[in-house]
Amino acid sequence: MHIHKYEKIWLIFGVGSLILFLVILAIGAFYKGVHPPSHMDTIDPKNVQENESFKEENLGLRQVGENEYIVNVLSSGFYYDLGKDEDGKAVNTIRIPVGAKVLFQTTSTDVVHGFHIAGTNVNMMVEPGHISTLETIMQKPGTYTLLCNEYCGSGHHYMAATVEVYEP
Amino acid sequence: MMEKHLPIPQKEARLVMAHMYVAFISLLVGGLMGLLQTFVRSGSFDLPFGIGYYQILTAHGVILALVLTTFFIIGFQFALMSKTVGLSDKQRLSAWIGFWTMLIGTLLTASTILTGKANVLYTFYAPLKAFPTFYIGLALVVVGSWIACFTNFRQLAVWKKSHKGEKSPLLAFMVVINMLLWFIATLGVAATVLIQFIPWSLGMVDTINVLVSRTLFWYFGHPLVYFWLLPAYMAWYAIIPKIIGGKIFSDALARLSFVLFLMFSIPVGFHHQLTEPGIDPLWKFIQVVLTFMVIIPSLLTAFSMFATFEMAGRSKGYTSLFGWIKALPWKDVRFFAPVVGMLAFIPAGTGGIINASHQMNQVIHNTIWVTGHFHLTVGTTVILTFFGISYWLIPSLTGRKLTKKINTLGIIQTIVWSAGMFIMSGSMHIAGLLGAPRRSAYSTYTGAEQVDTWIGYQLAQAIGGTILFIGIVLMVYIFFYMVFGAPKGKASFPIAEVSEDAEPTPQYLENWKLWIGITIALILFAYTIPFIDIIQHSPPGSEGFENLIR
Ligand code: HEM
Ligand SMILES: [Cu+2]
Ligand SMILES: [Cu+2]
Repeated sequence: MHIHKYEKIWLIFGVGSLILFLVILAIGAFYKGVHPPSHMDTIDPKNVQENESFKEENLGLRQVGENEYIVNVLSSGFYYDLGKDEDGKAVNTIRIPVGAKVLFQTTSTDVVHGFHIAGTNVNMMVEPGHISTLETIMQKPGTYTLLCNEYCGSGHHYMAATVEVYEP
Repeated sequence: MMEKHLPIPQKEARLVMAHMYVAFISLLVGGLMGLLQTFVRSGSFDLPFGIGYYQILTAHGVILALVLTTFFIIGFQFALMSKTVGLSDKQRLSAWIGFWTMLIGTLLTASTILTGKANVLYTFYAPLKAFPTFYIGLALVVVGSWIACFTNFRQLAVWKKSHKGEKSPLLAFMVVINMLLWFIATLGVAATVLIQFIPWSLGMVDTINVLVSRTLFWYFGHPLVYFWLLPAYMAWYAIIPKIIGGKIFSDALARLSFVLFLMFSIPVGFHHQLTEPGIDPLWKFIQVVLTFMVIIPSLLTAFSMFATFEMAGRSKGYTSLFGWIKALPWKDVRFFAPVVGMLAFIPAGTGGIINASHQMNQVIHNTIWVTGHFHLTVGTTVILTFFGISYWLIPSLTGRKLTKKINTLGIIQTIVWSAGMFIMSGSMHIAGLLGAPRRSAYSTYTGAEQVDTWIGYQLAQAIGGTILFIGIVLMVYIFFYMVFGAPKGKASFPIAEVSEDAEPTPQYLENWKLWIGITIALILFAYTIPFIDIIQHSPPGSEGFENLIR
């Protein structure tokens, strides 16, 4: 099939930039190891306590290294279970020092939820039967909102918690 | 060679018009829901009569994304097929059966939404569970659309038999590609609805495999958007050249780009599931690469459009570098509306590239940015082209004229729509980048300052939404005026001819077996391994949660 000369130039330029673009994505993904959250472990959604990370006493923020934290969260309609404080009250705010390495782990006990610390790249889907994880370094101090960004029912827009990133 | 075009007899016009009535009534009802959503989200309005936000959002999504689009497209495509290859009495009967099946399905689903037992949004993600008639209605819509598919396939096959050795008319070729795409894509959603959702919602099985249902849904969900876009491209490629007094730049390239859209719009659903657990990131990446292949036919299309415009302008004697732009009929709404739609595709497509970029998706996933994005793609590019089509299609079917007054009103409508969308979609994009979630009623969340920064943009969305709704009222008025009010006369059904300079179309472009074979091979390549993986690593299934949607 004959293709017009200008169209050839246009296509070579376009396809060339496309290839360059995909190569950049691939370098990010396979050389730098930056993939979107894709954790493969499964769990029984009716019996999440079976899994060490989601036992009641392990929920919420835990320090695991000098500057390393794990945050285990149970997502369900319509709140994030971040464990209990000393008085036995449900925790709704977690505080993380700036620059710390944080591993978020969450799963759902009912329907599909979202897990987004708004304004950051901590953004993943939470599905019953699957564990979602994401490791990050919180770079900017501030008060962030952790919220559900996948529709989960009538109280969906109330499903939120607070994440404070502070200068130690 | 000149193609012969057939007249559209009354009986066929009635068939097409039946689809159009449903489409434009949907536009009004769905648009009203959209307006109410922006009001609720502004924080200063509560819905009356115990109506829920997610109830109207479900209605908005279903009515506009599924009903309006499907009815308009199928109606329009029947008109194109009648015009180019003809419609026999038997085929017309089956077309009507398809129409009624879809309509009954629509009414069943809509009435379930009205009762508040299906507040699951138009994507109906399991394990939120709606009342069974919601899913049964949707299944009927799909089955009805399949009847239309096979009617269209039959139309072309019959024509081919009596035109041995001739290449099929361009528009008929395009319609058949789009219906093939639709048929192959809807197999996924039909599978999940028929095998998973309906038995589960009826209580015949206890649990549902969530990730399998989502994967089947998105196997359908992305080609769905190309099913909307391709009819717009039909108008761009084969009708607008006529309206501007030009010719089709290249028949072969037009067909090639449609074939490429067929091949590369299906094996890509994972780009909607990028942040989901349980799917191997390698396969996500592979589908991301396949996603970007549609850039090639998009580049072909962009080139063809501008080449057509320039050639038409130059043939009218404009010789300077950009002088030909002046030669275009900007005051003809049949040109103006779709061209504004085309321009909207520049930011819309750019946004799409961001969305599908493996890693960058995480920045915007499920934020209101995404809503801003598809109000540009389907809500502007596609819809404005559909409006542009209506200005000649409706009068030519009803035996009336597009009056000067309606032409002017149409131009005003286009401007109103673009202004409203610029404000609404623009503020959605910005708020999304700031983290504001989509599919959410008004909320201040935990009261953090951060959330305050979103509220102003939500107010702006209400302003944009109000302007848009004025646009909808205008358009619905124009539609009914063209049906009942406009003076009797003859409106033309513009179909362009191919430029004399264009190269002949190679035979292999009509090798259906080849294109369908490659399409299926690509789907099998992209899905077989990850799908088996998903099934083999399935967690225990989920029971339904009706309680959460009350
Ligand atoms: C008056 C015009 C319109 C207004 C004011 C409007 C407004 C909105 C708003 C505010 C949302 C987001 C709600 C949320 O995420 O909480 C939305 C969602 C949506 N709109 Fe529109 N819209 C309009 C026209 C359209 C058109 C013409 C289409 C398609 C042809 C469309 C398709 C959709 C879809 C598919 C959704 C997503 C629903 C969901 O996420 O479940 N809208 N619309
Ligand atoms: Cu939610
Ligand atoms: Cu897509």
